[in-house]
Amino acid sequence: MATMTMAKALNAALADAMLDDERVLVFGEDVGQLGGVFRITDGLQARFGDKRCFDTPLAEAGIVGFAVGLAMSGLRPVVEMQFDAFAYPAFEQIASHMAKLRNRTRGALSVPMVIRVPYAGGIGGVEHHCDSSEAYYAHTPGLKVVTPATVEDAYSLLREAIADPDPVVFLEPKKLYFASGEAELPARTAPFGRAVVRRPGTDATLVAYGPAVPVALEAAEAAREDGWDLEVVDVRTIVPFDDATVTASVRRTGRCVVITEAQGFAGVGAEIAARVQERCFHALHAPVLRVAGLDIPYPAPMLEHTHLPGVDRVLDTVARLQWDDRPDPRWLAQGSAA
Amino acid sequence: MTTTPQAVRRASPRTRRPATPVAPDPTAGLLPQTAPVRLLDPDGTPLPPRADLPAPPVETLREMYRRMVVGRRFDAQATALTKQGRLAVYPSSRGQEACQVGAVLALRDDDWVFPTYRESMALTARGIDPVEVLTLLRGDWHCGYDPTVVHTAPQCTPLATQCVHAAGLAYGESYQGRDTVALAFIGDGATSEGDFHEGLNFAAVFKAPVVYFVQNNKYAISVPLSRQTAAPSLAYKGVGYGVPSEQVDGNDPVAVLAVLTRAVAHARAGHGPYLVEAHTYRMEAHTNADDASRYRDPDEVEAWRDRDPVARLEAYLRSRGELDDAAVAQIAAEAEAYAADLRDRMHAQPTVDPLSLFEHVYAEPTPQLVEQREMVRAELAADAEGDA
Repeated sequence: MATMTMAKALNAALADAMLDDERVLVFGEDVGQLGGVFRITDGLQARFGDKRCFDTPLAEAGIVGFAVGLAMSGLRPVVEMQFDAFAYPAFEQIASHMAKLRNRTRGALSVPMVIRVPYAGGIGGVEHHCDSSEAYYAHTPGLKVVTPATVEDAYSLLREAIADPDPVVFLEPKKLYFASGEAELPARTAPFGRAVVRRPGTDATLVAYGPAVPVALEAAEAAREDGWDLEVVDVRTIVPFDDATVTASVRRTGRCVVITEAQGFAGVGAEIAARVQERCFHALHAPVLRVAGLDIPYPAPMLEHTHLPGVDRVLDTVARLQWDDRPDPRWLAQGSAA
Repeated sequence: MTTTPQAVRRASPRTRRPATPVAPDPTAGLLPQTAPVRLLDPDGTPLPPRADLPAPPVETLREMYRRMVVGRRFDAQATALTKQGRLAVYPSSRGQEACQVGAVLALRDDDWVFPTYRESMALTARGIDPVEVLTLLRGDWHCGYDPTVVHTAPQCTPLATQCVHAAGLAYGESYQGRDTVALAFIGDGATSEGDFHEGLNFAAVFKAPVVYFVQNNKYAISVPLSRQTAAPSLAYKGVGYGVPSEQVDGNDPVAVLAVLTRAVAHARAGHGPYLVEAHTYRMEAHTNADDASRYRDPDEVEAWRDRDPVARLEAYLRSRGELDDAAVAQIAAEAEAYAADLRDRMHAQPTVDPLSLFEHVYAEPTPQLVEQREMVRAELAADAEGDA
């Protein structure tokens, strides 16, 4: 076991994938000599040459469309979008081509490519640098959408993404890039579609992914003081979604809070809450609740702590899981106690 | 201090700064000719030969004529099938036969074509089964042919997105040591889309062997070219990306084939992309669902009838003694047989399988898709029971 950052583990995953498979090409904006603005591609150009790791013109639709063409020719492109909100020009290429080419051609063409996107907030980034864009991708059939929360998962899931026969949007939580963790590389944690119980508990299940997982774990620790033993499930792959692991956990605990950093309305958290409710209704002692970002454009850095779900907001929500039959004071305040 | 004419006059030649040396023109070889290249007059009379643009072999021109005649008949049949309800919609390329067939003849079978929805004639001219070409428009699936077999991407309905795919595929092919060329079709309207520019730019920066072939048929549905661009012509869009460009009379089959052959050779030789603009005209409406009389003057359409590419090539080949009444009749009969076969096969109702909806979303269906497939399977079984 060694201690390393998630950034280092992602870098190692790219290097090992390039070493194992000559078809893997890494490209994007500033990923060559500079090694990427977050240094995730650091040293790859020096090690593998500028035909395997290279800078492109500054045009996200071009980068993704070019990668689709390269994949059609039999290569395995891994591209970097510099920031979440800067990936939007590529959305047509992602939604209309990358996600659909296999389907349009009845499987004759496939697009085994990966788009790496540094995403979400918590780093004090200025405007357009901190969006949680996972719902846009998760709503697009044909894409796999993955987000690691630990150093080992970062390595393992990225290797899995590059080897996958389908296009993968790989969302890297920026605020976790330089968080250290224990990892034994090359790590192999789980194939796509397997959530994991990060912390066992008996009283309620916190479901989270990516940047919300550390928040959930911290909240679970803090909840011990209030006498609650909380289980934490890390989704890992938003698509394909692991209903089985989430459902099994909620059936055990009987209560569920879904935590996402993204704004809540029509988001991935809403989907998870609906799925849990559809599958666990008779096991539930309380409605499934959500803790999400506010339904606002991503705020300026000095205000982001109000927006982001924190431990206190999670604990307040856990407290509303109808541990007794007193009405929820929030509904009382709105005059609809019934 | 201002410089007066007197001051200029008084300056001694010896004290003048040396004139700026004349730098070589950086646009040399990039700009198109100021007028579209033309090798035949509209009546088929050959113009003086050009040293820089060898005329295509006459056997190739005969084959071009054959495929143009068959293509035009195919196009008319597809329009008729739409009126009979066999196709959801059909965008005709009548009048653009020289472009459709010329592009195909300039390529090898293992080169890649990136077509739009208006390239049905080009795809049948490439030898793809016309039923497979029309699958998208009939509506039983999105793409009827196997792109890896016919080296042709699915017909692209979003505009210009195929331009970057062509750049990527062409670069990927050359990266893997193959000398494949990609040809991307695009219309005049789509040159306003960002992906056209990103495609040209990526192809140029990576020296990808791509030919971008703009069929400027003057209208994007109803919007005329003057609303798309203020450029002298669309071929002038190449110079900004360092891409050599040419414009050609798109209704002159000999010129289209000659210019595209040169462009393909340029790309195959490793010199990077090439942009060709063909000036042509969409004789029909945008699709059968469109009414072109709302935005086009009938006199304008009539004027283009006099520049018909099929009649032009026929006249030229007859004047060379390469075509006679018997050959013309034989080709016309072949076109009729082709159309009749297509009509018969399109009148058969295609079978569609609802359960196939779940195949090919991913390499392996997700657990959620497996659940939904079982739901649909149960619905179908219940329906079948109800019918029994």
